[in-house]
Amino acid sequence: MSAASMVPGLGRRVGSLRSERRWALITAYVSLIIAAIVMLAPPLYMLLTSLKTSAEIADLGGNPWLIRTPTLENYTALLGNEMFRGFFINSILVTVMVVIVTMVISVLAAFALARMKFWGSQVLATGVFLTYLVPDTLLFIPLYQIVGGLGLLNSIWGLVLVYPTLTVPFCTWIMIGYFASIPKELDEAALIDGANWMQMLTRIFIPVALPGIIAATIFAFTVSWAAFVYPTAFITQPDSMPLTIGVVSQLIRGDTFAWGQLMAGALLAALPPVIVYAFLMDYYIAGLTAGATKG
Amino acid sequence: MAQVTLRKIIKEYEGGVQAVKGIDLDIADHEFVVLVGPSGCGKSTTLRMIAGLEEITSGEIDIGGAVVNDVPPRDRDIAMVFQNYALYPHMSVYENMAFGLMLRKFPKEEIRRRVENAAKILDIGMLLDRKPKALSGGQRQRVAMGRAIVRDPKVFLFDEPLSNLDAKLRVQMRTEIKKVHQTVRTTTVYVTHDQVEAMTLADRVVVMNHGVIEQVGPPQELYHHPRTRFVAGFIGSPAMNFIPATVEARSGGLVLRLPQGIELAVPAARVAKYQAYAGKQVTFGIRPEHLTDTQHVSKADIAIFNAAPEVVEPMGMETLAHIRMEGAEICARLDPTVPAAPGVPMPLAADMGNMHLIDDATGLVI
Repeated sequence: MSAASMVPGLGRRVGSLRSERRWALITAYVSLIIAAIVMLAPPLYMLLTSLKTSAEIADLGGNPWLIRTPTLENYTALLGNEMFRGFFINSILVTVMVVIVTMVISVLAAFALARMKFWGSQVLATGVFLTYLVPDTLLFIPLYQIVGGLGLLNSIWGLVLVYPTLTVPFCTWIMIGYFASIPKELDEAALIDGANWMQMLTRIFIPVALPGIIAATIFAFTVSWAAFVYPTAFITQPDSMPLTIGVVSQLIRGDTFAWGQLMAGALLAALPPVIVYAFLMDYYIAGLTAGATKG
Repeated sequence: MAQVTLRKIIKEYEGGVQAVKGIDLDIADHEFVVLVGPSGCGKSTTLRMIAGLEEITSGEIDIGGAVVNDVPPRDRDIAMVFQNYALYPHMSVYENMAFGLMLRKFPKEEIRRRVENAAKILDIGMLLDRKPKALSGGQRQRVAMGRAIVRDPKVFLFDEPLSNLDAKLRVQMRTEIKKVHQTVRTTTVYVTHDQVEAMTLADRVVVMNHGVIEQVGPPQELYHHPRTRFVAGFIGSPAMNFIPATVEARSGGLVLRLPQGIELAVPAARVAKYQAYAGKQVTFGIRPEHLTDTQHVSKADIAIFNAAPEVVEPMGMETLAHIRMEGAEICARLDPTVPAAPGVPMPLAADMGNMHLIDDATGLVI
């Protein structure tokens, strides 16, 4: 009797579960491979282009996916360029400060909103999230007025001031979810043990919610590192530019594109987030899903 | 160590729902008091109000001679053991136990001495470096108790601490808790819905129902002299049998007329007490162990009647016979050697010296 024979009364083939599973796997693999190709083709093309000479890039004759004369000249030119190093340092400075400001505000706000029941706390929690839904393309004109009014145009401090409007709402939301998943008895035990609110936050909540805090930190880091609209609007002088706009503004002169260096610059700019994700991916996923799955 | 006094405590939630309706309770120094009752009876709310985790709507809570209504939990000098242990997951067992002392800025040597002493009492000395996730349920519960013991507080509060444990471990930990109390003698308020826990642990049991105290007393008193039908039915397992009955005067004495024409004579000693109820409908209450087979009784005040068990449950040391009567389902505890079979009528002996009569109008035991 074969495994796929009919069972009387059941009306379906025994072993169909195994074949269903096989088809599910095949479908999953095919979809994932297609998705991976679509996602990875642009960075791969960037990498290939960054390793070509300008002459080879301009030559439309050959296969664009092959490198005839590989070179690191685009990278050495960029890394040897003081202005490019300045963009990098600006990005690092802005990002580190934004991450610190964001985490201090979001952790305190989330702790208050998740644990200290006060009048309007629910509305406030929802309000925080709603502000995240307002796109930066809508906000940059009024923010330009504010940043300009404070005399912070063309200053990285202007960016440190406005980036948290993008990062704080979502990070607060993540942290509210995470703090809410911590059993209420834990803070009651801490209260009885003699902790005040601040000790409860620093000694219990922050250590217990570390995966959530790491997830929020990665988010703030990514948003701040990749921000494009605000620096485009607020920064016009190269010495204050972060990488995202520095690369574009300095390597595109009129209708002349330094493609090799542009691609090398973009890849170098993408490197820090890739490294951060690679090391902290597990924490990131745990942090994002914690509020959703714990009772 | 301290006494705890509750005066006219009311807890009202938003929307006017009263969880606790003006209770009074005096707990003596060193006493082990168990609050017991069904879900929603207000026992946990009462405990949380003593802890300061729940504000009281009105009334007065006094711990060790000082009113603590507005004192925050950390300044009440109490320690609490929670149902889900509430151990700090990122701290080792040692750190969990030491946390409260560290916050109170105790010297390191003193902290070490207290933690090691508590660990010795609870037999968890070898677990001090472990994290809570590496412990079994019973070990976690011990650590939670250790955290309370090291503080040497005025009062221990236990909120259903054994509910998350399996049946065997629960019995074992129950004994542990009793042992610990006998060692440290700290005034203890313990909340449970399990009447067996209440009976075995308590110096005094407080039975609560619908936000009020039904009865306070030592376990044996509650068992043998319940004041209300609720207490009579709640304390004891299997529960007391309740059978609708009519009191009838019969040649200088009284008899109880039960359904199916069963008549049981009221002992002479109780006639005067029940005389006023002659001709009235009441509820006859009798515990399963006082309703037994006729072969193993030799007492006076025995009334015998015939009944056919519907279900027979041999338990080893005894056999439970469940009998359906008109208006009641009753349970009898038989000697395991007595042959009992479903549907086969057998004589049953009711020990009327241990009977209870309940006034249907008031719900009070007469």
